[in-house]
Amino acid sequence: MSYSLPFRKFLACSAAVAATGLLQVGCGGPNENDAPEKTVIQNAGSDTMVNLAQAWAEDYAGVELTVSVEISGGGSGTGIAALINGTVDIANCSRQMKPEELERAEQNTGKRPVEFVVGFDALAVYVHRDNPLDEISIEQLAQIYGEKGNLTQWTQLGINHTACASDEIIRISRQSNSGTYYYFREALLGSTQDFKLGSRDLHGSKDVVDLVGSTPCTIGYSGMGYATEKVKMLKIAVKEGDTPYPPTLETGLDGTYPIARPLYMYTLGEPTGEIKAYIDWVFSEVGQEIVEKNGYVPLQKEEAESTGDMPGE
Amino acid sequence: MLPIRHRLENMAEPVIELIIRLCGISAIIFVFGIFFFVFREGASFFFTGLDLTEFLTSPEWFPSSVSNKRYGVLALAAGTASVTLLAMCIAVPFGIGAAIYVSEFCSPRLKETFKIVIELLAAIPSVVWGFIGLTIMNELIIDLFDAPIGLNVLNGGLILALMSVPIIVSIGEDALKAVPDSYREAAVALGATRWQVVYRALLPAAKNGLLAATLLGVARAVGETMAVLMATGHAVQMPGGLLDSVRTLTATIAAELGEAPVMSDHYQVLFIIGVLLFSINFIVNLSADLIVKGIREE
Repeated sequence: MSYSLPFRKFLACSAAVAATGLLQVGCGGPNENDAPEKTVIQNAGSDTMVNLAQAWAEDYAGVELTVSVEISGGGSGTGIAALINGTVDIANCSRQMKPEELERAEQNTGKRPVEFVVGFDALAVYVHRDNPLDEISIEQLAQIYGEKGNLTQWTQLGINHTACASDEIIRISRQSNSGTYYYFREALLGSTQDFKLGSRDLHGSKDVVDLVGSTPCTIGYSGMGYATEKVKMLKIAVKEGDTPYPPTLETGLDGTYPIARPLYMYTLGEPTGEIKAYIDWVFSEVGQEIVEKNGYVPLQKEEAESTGDMPGE
Repeated sequence: MLPIRHRLENMAEPVIELIIRLCGISAIIFVFGIFFFVFREGASFFFTGLDLTEFLTSPEWFPSSVSNKRYGVLALAAGTASVTLLAMCIAVPFGIGAAIYVSEFCSPRLKETFKIVIELLAAIPSVVWGFIGLTIMNELIIDLFDAPIGLNVLNGGLILALMSVPIIVSIGEDALKAVPDSYREAAVALGATRWQVVYRALLPAAKNGLLAATLLGVARAVGETMAVLMATGHAVQMPGGLLDSVRTLTATIAAELGEAPVMSDHYQVLFIIGVLLFSINFIVNLSADLIVKGIREE
């Protein structure tokens, strides 16, 4: 069989490209040996913490040149699943691991996960900026989101929401593997009730805020670090009549804001070597400053010190 | 030189035949293999724990409840059905109409342009469609219809329609092109107008192909995941109108499988939903085949 000329040319070209590729690989080898070897720490999990984890990883690249931290999100459940399978070094979680998850991790990998509280997140309740509502209570939120709740209209909250013609409260929620979803359900309804069906279940912390920003009738919840100018964060009271508190650094720190939750990191067994160094750095002053810069609540000094020592104890 | 080449070709013939036969059989093996493995993942819960009546008739989907887990897919199936139905109501008339125009009425030059543009439409990734639904269409629907939220059946249906049109157009156009010219000539000789040629001669002759085009569009719409996940609002409820948010079967699998612990009840139910989707498409294809056969025998 004889190939046509253009095809021959194509063959020649691809052979040349392939050869160059091989050469580059060939030359790459010795060069890599010259540079110090990079240790890679795999870090996955909570979507709430993904920006924070990314910020930590970027700064740490400047601190420790030989270590690179690779971040992926996907949700707390995804991070825990990866930890159980032993495919990540550190799992980020915006909820605590359940006893059966700890059990499964131990069965699967032979090591029991160790928990670190690395910061706090004040979970903000967002509405559209044109919404006249300024504050809400946990009880009212339970009536809006809960299975047995009967708050469905904005007027029932005593406001006249003119930007929302239908007056219907559109509930924005999260997909059910989200740590934020678990925490919010627990905080509102305890463990006996479920959320009402028919909420719009979005797939990311940022998506919730974006959708609330573009849709006047909505109410949604997400980390306070995701606020934009198109949305408003409500002040939260425990009961109607109690003093409502805005989600801020101060109220998160002194515990007056009712829906602030710890953010966790989990490792398989006591961390050692580079992973221990990384977690220690996260607890350091520099690491905690990054927490604050990204809109989360850092640990208080003594907390950071005591937890930071934990691995060594 | 020629005889050697001849002999080589003779020897190659059975080998090529074997390879082609394997290709054909592999399709069957893959289909059954996929069905088997999907079903196997969900089988133990299907036979022991699952209440099939509740699964098919209850709209209550609470897979991550602490106190009372419920697995009812009626609302999800209704979501898939409503979005698909709306998409087909829009896409079939437009798609077949466009196919008729491209194949019968437009000039050869315009035809080339059209075909390229339609292929471009098919080349847009579904996540981009979903993004358009989530951002642009959401605000547009809120403004135009005064809806409380723009992520709903209408949004998902429109996007699915836009995604199915290219398939319907290109397969429909092929079907019309396959009608022999003698049909057209005969109709014109009998004094038919251009429209009568299409309506009386071409459409009946291309019936099978056009039906196939429509059903492939349906299959595309039922199976689409990413775009509807983003555009329909992803809310578990029975749709009461075009402006209600829904959640589809495919989107549920996509959103929840990553989190469900392997071999837990929730995980297995998601695989059973996979089997359900498989069965729906199987029934659609089978009935299409039967209809086509029925038409042929007439």
